[in-house]
Amino acid sequence: MRAEKIAALRASLDKPGVEEPSTRIPLGHSAADLCLKGGLQRGALHEVFALIGHEAAATGFVAGLATRVAASKHLLWIRQDFSALEFGELSATGFLEFGLDPARMLLLCVASAADSLRAANDALSCSALGAIVIEIPGKPKVFDLMASRRLTLACAQKSVTAFLLRLGAPPDASTAETRWLVRAGSSPAQGENWGQPIFKTDLVRNRHGQTGHWIMEWNCDKGLFQNPAANSGAVVSSPSN
Amino acid sequence: MALWFPRLPTDRLQRRKKILKASADSHSEAPPLVVVAKVDNALRLSAVDRKATSLGLAIGQPLANARAMLPALKVVAANEPDDLKLLTRIADWCDRFTPFVALDGPRGLLLDVTGAAHLFGGEQMMLNRIRESLQAQGFAVRGAMAGTAMAARAFARYRDGTVIAPGKEANAIAPLPVEALNLGPVTTHAFRRAGLKTVGQTANRKRPEIAARFGATMVATLDEALGHGGKPISPRLPLPNYGKEQGFAEPIATEEVIRATLKSLATALSKVLEQHGEGARRLDAVFFRADGAVRRIAIEMGTPTREPAIIERLFREKLDTLADPLDPGFGFDLIRLSASRVERAECEVSDLDASINEKADISFLVDRLATRFGSQRIFAFQPNDTHIPEEAWLAVPAQYAQHSKLPWKKIRSAGDAPRRPLRLFARPEPVNLLTAVPDLSHLCWRRAQHVVAQCEGPERIAMEWWRHETPQPIRDYFRVEDSEGRRYWLYRNGVFERDGLVPQWFLHGFFA
Repeated sequence: MRAEKIAALRASLDKPGVEEPSTRIPLGHSAADLCLKGGLQRGALHEVFALIGHEAAATGFVAGLATRVAASKHLLWIRQDFSALEFGELSATGFLEFGLDPARMLLLCVASAADSLRAANDALSCSALGAIVIEIPGKPKVFDLMASRRLTLACAQKSVTAFLLRLGAPPDASTAETRWLVRAGSSPAQGENWGQPIFKTDLVRNRHGQTGHWIMEWNCDKGLFQNPAANSGAVVSSPSN
Repeated sequence: MALWFPRLPTDRLQRRKKILKASADSHSEAPPLVVVAKVDNALRLSAVDRKATSLGLAIGQPLANARAMLPALKVVAANEPDDLKLLTRIADWCDRFTPFVALDGPRGLLLDVTGAAHLFGGEQMMLNRIRESLQAQGFAVRGAMAGTAMAARAFARYRDGTVIAPGKEANAIAPLPVEALNLGPVTTHAFRRAGLKTVGQTANRKRPEIAARFGATMVATLDEALGHGGKPISPRLPLPNYGKEQGFAEPIATEEVIRATLKSLATALSKVLEQHGEGARRLDAVFFRADGAVRRIAIEMGTPTREPAIIERLFREKLDTLADPLDPGFGFDLIRLSASRVERAECEVSDLDASINEKADISFLVDRLATRFGSQRIFAFQPNDTHIPEEAWLAVPAQYAQHSKLPWKKIRSAGDAPRRPLRLFARPEPVNLLTAVPDLSHLCWRRAQHVVAQCEGPERIAMEWWRHETPQPIRDYFRVEDSEGRRYWLYRNGVFERDGLVPQWFLHGFFA
């Protein structure tokens, strides 16, 4: 009886495709989703690096990813005091306009990177959270491979997704599932019609698939990424690298 | 119960000296010690130690006289803040007997021990225990118990160590001098001039006579001293609603025992809370150290809580992150857990409802983060009814956030790009533009040049004239995109023609 049960459990473990479909969340951008094998992995650590001077674009990109992943759950945004001074405070009305419900957002202000990592590790044990964004300006010593591994493990345990928003830092070793380099994309339309947010994204690391680079437009109404409007293709220059 | 420390300042100095010199050099060698303060432009003694008293010095004497009597006198200037600090610490220590402790003047304490005395073996036992403990700590202390604070205070000064049963005050206080009423020198002098030398003589006068001569408050004071009526004492700290405590015959110092104690206290407290259908919003853990030091640690919760596991976890978090860690010294001999703010909490039967569980999880997370980083560090957003961009939302501490009645309203219409930036500077930063309009210009911000590629605007936002005394300039906001696709939100402060000032440009935020 017991042996049968164990065998049945073993079989269920070995079954191919144990990954439930819901563990990957599609971004909406078809090419990127294809490369990511269906979307962004839930319960993992994802890194977004802002190119110098493009911190706001990276903030927007992370906000978009977090909106996709968190869906109707709460989002915890951990930011350091320095980052608000240097790159601007997070604005609730800005998030509302962007398509993220501020009522579901929690903002934690901490003084140092060590504090934000501690808070993130603590918060990742709360499965009621949809996603956590950890904003780390600069290249703090406390954030090393060990810290990133700890975060990855914490993410996997309760299946909460964490996004590291790295501002003003060069990429270094980590255990993140994906790593994106983000810069702002030029608006397609000239004059009156002010376009939607456009990101030039570079997926430089993908643990379970290929890398690539895409220009994505965030649709504030539908809350998903998409290809920039067709008529604007000529205006947008291709990524430099 | 009233306690009086007649030599508090000198006791403080001598205690410190004793601590500094652990090997107390023979006490007799030390010169008599007095503390002086300036009263009416003259230095007068404000405290004298035992030795100085025995040599004939008294409070109020001019320093010059005292010096003439005893040339070897040691004189120290009064330090009232330190005295008060010490008295507060003694009051903290007294918290172990009753939560009802009040400061009484610069050298006295009042304790309401109603219903607490039996825990310490009766009133006389309790009084003796408090006096002996304080004397062992090096304080000259006098104490007495009576039905009213006024009477107890009089007995503490003139009949040390007595316990007067309620109702017997009038007879007992009669032989005390009128000074016992603590009326100040002028009134006392007036009583004495009128031939009323004892409280009994005063009490025998008719009330209207006293009221006519000294005012109605005097009658009330007198009645209170005689044990009739009497004001309740106002406690120093807010009284907890519920409390549980555990004393230890052998002081405990290890972390495990402290945690286990907190856990068992939390379990006991949660039972009491459950009986009353309430949950705690604020809990205080008070650690009484064997050597008299007292440490208070508070945690706050966003929702009424009585789950022992949560309480224990929050305290663990708090103890881990204290800037100055809990120092057990030689150990704690009493730990008390009290709920100082409670609210109604319904019975939790909704385990099956996922959304309520989720809400509870979030509020527990908020409590944890608030305990660790402070409640002013974790925020929830709420809309604010104004069109000033930087004030259009509020970041309120998430523990105290109520459900807002205002809805979130988008400014953009469907299909449009965001009209408010994601990141907003708390202080808009000045920028330089080459031309009067941002179009076809260069933008200089933080000493870097950016080429403006596109520009959209203006969106004119007038400041709220009804809020400011001096009118604030109108702001014209532009959305500007540079050649690299970065999107700025600029505004011009003031209008060229109208305001008569040179308009300045500011960068207020960034769009994604």
